[in-house]
Amino acid sequence: MALGVNPGLFLNNPSSFRPEEAGYRPAILGTIQLIGGVILIIVPLGISAATYLELFADRTRWYNRIIELNIQNLAGVPSIVFGILGLAFIVRGIFDLGFVVAAGSMTVAILVLPTVILASREAIRAVPSSLLDGALALGATRLQAVRKMVLPAAAPGMLTGVILAVARAIGEAAPLLLVGAATFVTFDPNFWDGGYSALPVMIYSYAGRPQEEFHVLAAAGVLVMLVVLFFINSIAVWLRARFERTW
Amino acid sequence: MEQAAKNEVFSLKDMSVHYGSSLAVDSVNLPIYENEITALIGPSGCGKSTVLRSLNRMNDLIPSAKVGGEVLYHGQDMYGSDVDPVQVRKVIGMVFQKPNPFPKSIYDNIAFGPQTLGMKGNMDEIVEGALKQAALWDDVKDRLKDNAFGMSGGQQQRLCIARAIAVKPDVILMDEPCSALDPISTFKIEDLMMELKKDYTIVIVTHNMQQAARVADRTAFFTVDTSRGEGSRVGTLVEHDETTKIFSNPSDERTLDYVTGKFG
Ligand SMILES: Nc1ncnc2c1ncn2[C@@H]1O[C@H](COP(=O)(O)OP(=O)(O)OP(=O)(O)O)[C@@H](O)[C@H]1O
Ligand SMILES: [Mg+2]
Repeated sequence: MALGVNPGLFLNNPSSFRPEEAGYRPAILGTIQLIGGVILIIVPLGISAATYLELFADRTRWYNRIIELNIQNLAGVPSIVFGILGLAFIVRGIFDLGFVVAAGSMTVAILVLPTVILASREAIRAVPSSLLDGALALGATRLQAVRKMVLPAAAPGMLTGVILAVARAIGEAAPLLLVGAATFVTFDPNFWDGGYSALPVMIYSYAGRPQEEFHVLAAAGVLVMLVVLFFINSIAVWLRARFERTW
Repeated sequence: MEQAAKNEVFSLKDMSVHYGSSLAVDSVNLPIYENEITALIGPSGCGKSTVLRSLNRMNDLIPSAKVGGEVLYHGQDMYGSDVDPVQVRKVIGMVFQKPNPFPKSIYDNIAFGPQTLGMKGNMDEIVEGALKQAALWDDVKDRLKDNAFGMSGGQQQRLCIARAIAVKPDVILMDEPCSALDPISTFKIEDLMMELKKDYTIVIVTHNMQQAARVADRTAFFTVDTSRGEGSRVGTLVEHDETTKIFSNPSDERTLDYVTGKFG
């Protein structure tokens, strides 16, 4: 099978002693659930935060300036720090979710949130103010003008931000290790309980095994992730080009 | 006298506008009459747009802007604490210098206002009525679903006027509505204004003196007062009168210099 792909790569559970049959099934399912959760969190949170900061916040207030500064700084914090934060406050602490996919989603969501907020603010800023003025001049309230005019015009740019954030989230392994993504799981994950794994974590696990076959398996996993990431980034580029507007 | 019978829509009384700590316009006393076109003219930076924006509280969108004195609308203080700027803008529409259609279909551009304000009535009829009043219906009736960005600049500006009309305002403010347009589109908009003043009160800012002379019933001439000390540039109202008087026999020398092209 020179160029063929063995479907077992995607469909089989991992195995510690039969590398020729081992697969990524629980990790793929884990990553899908994880990313689904991340999207559910970052879309509403990221867009509302960006909208507030860009269109409603009074920049002369000290708390808004602090929020602004923090978001910019957060984008540069190493991801492992978010892992520790997730362990302390989401797995244990306030949320006390345990080592479940939901905890992983929340942790990674916080990690990529600054990306979404910054991209969304950029998108909102690119919408000419004449659009907002035009709606306000007709007697629309600020909320109506923002919801019906500014946000739809900024949507493609915001979507691009979300997609790039997702691309980053897919590749994150370090924080997930801390919030419980196990390196070896042989059952399908459940969002709210039980153990789970994710693609980068499992690749990391396979790569660390002594047998040569597992290294090949790890390489195959990396290729799969690369293809997925390339695909996602292409969509982002395509969207940006498709909706780019000259006002 | 004919003048006494006229209804004052706006009365500016000792009105001033600050941007932050700098005074942009000072002591403006100006009446604006119903169903007339009032033109605001004067050199760049004399505060025409500032005064215009204070008439529908668009100035509120500039955080540093602060209006002093009184702006009365039918005798009521427009900057009173009980006045909601959103309500003001429903009644006093505005057309901007650069046509700013929404990135939507021609139909939706008109329908946005009435829909947002929850106006009653058949939307198709509202849209058709507004487009007819703006003399645009025949141009666009076969392509109402097309994107407004596909129209010519002049058509876009008439669409913006139609959009303002659709919410049934009392007053339409226009800030240099023709400055981005070719002469033919400009004449069309001037014709339209003459038509619209039967139903609306219109205030227009223009740099084009011939335009003021052609369309305006009354004209107010503003200038920049630099006499108040080092670096200060304060806009002031020099005089206001019937347009024919301003252009043929103004009371102030500065007005004469400006309208005859000696200055500005
Ligand atoms: N948003 C703003 N913030 C601060 N200052 C402003 C702002 N808008 C206008 N100004 C100042 O107020 C003064 C009057 O400006 P305005 O735009 O009203 O003049 P104008 O007569 O409309 O000029 P033009 O003919 O160039 O449009 C100018 O000195 C200008 O610099
Ligand atoms: Mg101006």
